[in-house]
Amino acid sequence: MRVLDRRLPLLETAAAWLLAVLWIAPLAYAFWAAFHSAAMATHFDLFGTLTLDNFRKAWTYAPFPRHFLNTIILVTMVLAAQLVLCTLAGFAFARFDFAGRNVAFGLVLVQLMVMPEVLIVENYLTMAKLGLVDTILGIGLPYMASAFGIFLMRQTFKTIPRELEDAARVEGCSMMGVLWRVYVPLARPTYLAYALVSVSYHWNNFLWPLVITNSVNTRPLTVGLAIFGAPESGVDWAVISAGTLMAVSPLLVAFLLFQRQFMQSFMQAGIK
Amino acid sequence: MRNVYGWLLLTPAAILLIGFTHYPAVATLFDSFFSTGTVVRPSRFVGLANYALLADDPIFWQVLRNNLAFAAGTIPTSIALALLMAIWVNDKLPARALVRMSYFTPTILPMVAVANLWLFFYTPQIGLIDKVAAVFGVPSHNWLGDPDTVMACLAVMTVWKEAGFFMIFYLAALQSLSPELEEAAKIEGASRWYYFRRVTFPLLMPTTLFVLVNATINSFKLVDHLFILTKGGPDNASNLLLYYIYQVAFSFFETSYASTLTVVLLAMLAAMAIVQFQLIEKRVHYR
Repeated sequence: MRVLDRRLPLLETAAAWLLAVLWIAPLAYAFWAAFHSAAMATHFDLFGTLTLDNFRKAWTYAPFPRHFLNTIILVTMVLAAQLVLCTLAGFAFARFDFAGRNVAFGLVLVQLMVMPEVLIVENYLTMAKLGLVDTILGIGLPYMASAFGIFLMRQTFKTIPRELEDAARVEGCSMMGVLWRVYVPLARPTYLAYALVSVSYHWNNFLWPLVITNSVNTRPLTVGLAIFGAPESGVDWAVISAGTLMAVSPLLVAFLLFQRQFMQSFMQAGIK
Repeated sequence: MRNVYGWLLLTPAAILLIGFTHYPAVATLFDSFFSTGTVVRPSRFVGLANYALLADDPIFWQVLRNNLAFAAGTIPTSIALALLMAIWVNDKLPARALVRMSYFTPTILPMVAVANLWLFFYTPQIGLIDKVAAVFGVPSHNWLGDPDTVMACLAVMTVWKEAGFFMIFYLAALQSLSPELEEAAKIEGASRWYYFRRVTFPLLMPTTLFVLVNATINSFKLVDHLFILTKGGPDNASNLLLYYIYQVAFSFFETSYASTLTVVLLAMLAAMAIVQFQLIEKRVHYR
């Protein structure tokens, strides 16, 4: 006999909905404002005339196309480098019993706490020495060897049965061949989860990109958005909403389409 | 042979990790014992002078107090809301997927975008809050310009942004609880509240501790919104440690003093790391 009726009591259902409406309201309001004229934004009228003017203005007021391009280059570059570096390092930690492995792994994990944005002062000096100030490579470089990625790949590779590796070796596969033909294909779900977290993180990252860039040609979307949205810029609110929505829309749409994967990936990233 | 192979595979990642995590962490400590070099006066060893400066710097103490107040204000609220959200969307309710999506959506927005949106709510007179307040005859207020209200405004926004993120950890933990527990409680006639207080909440303790540590770390790292909303003002009322480090390094160009402040931040993160490590050790016993 199942006595369990996991339906929420009516009062709690109402409260859950109320909170949901409250939670989506700021975004919904920005959405509404972006499609209406600035004069209307302050006189809320649900059925006011729709306009795309704000998007057109935002697109021309700030160099949005360039910021979009910079962010896409940054995100792709960081992810590509992370995938390669973390796969190699994760493989080393999972399957090689080299001297000093545990100490090295401990040192890798330090980065989980001390993220590059905490060390902006010293990292800026390093970038200046390398001549990488105001370059997209300069934004991405400190993040390419990701402790979280290395940890994640190590855990995943450890779950893959050794027998598969041995079989491949018997067939005459080299060490790198084993990695490429056995480990990498089996870790595909982990790669997907990691990619979602990495792309979201770098699409949204702000402090370090702000510090290290100083021209339109390198600034990513978040930095462009901050300059555009600053009260000093004097741009009206409807246009700022439109610009903000444009900047977040790729990630937002991706999230709406792949909700489950996003939540699962974020969870994995948190639990580590 | 395996030694060589192992280190070879590790080398590319190791170079970058050392270059951008270990070296700068050590260099920060080193620089905090030197004066900031200028063209006419090169950097020289000053011992603990920077730390003496720090102890006498009222802004440093205020920023530290702000950080603690901000953590105390946002973390318990976020955690309580996250738990409530998780319990709600874990049970059957109409349009559950939509409700869950609504709770989680702020998490994937960049803090800069969030600040842009919320700036409008807090703007005096034309902002949404003042508009609504005007309906009830409440006079207009400069929410972000008043040292007494600015932190609360930023806290509300941060809770909005973070609660949904913590929700997913509770949700995962709730789904791992055995349904027999709830059935047994139902048969015994326990109320929902009693069941939550005596069964769910204690069982979720490891998750709560985990979220607590993560939220504390976040409260020290997340300063993006200050760039848009307040710039740490008015009169440092909303300034946080990492933002102050940014100001000292890149507005006042006091690199050595910025390093000294960074040492304090690193020490706090290290303390949190130790707490987290011990929690992970403990968690092994739970499972």
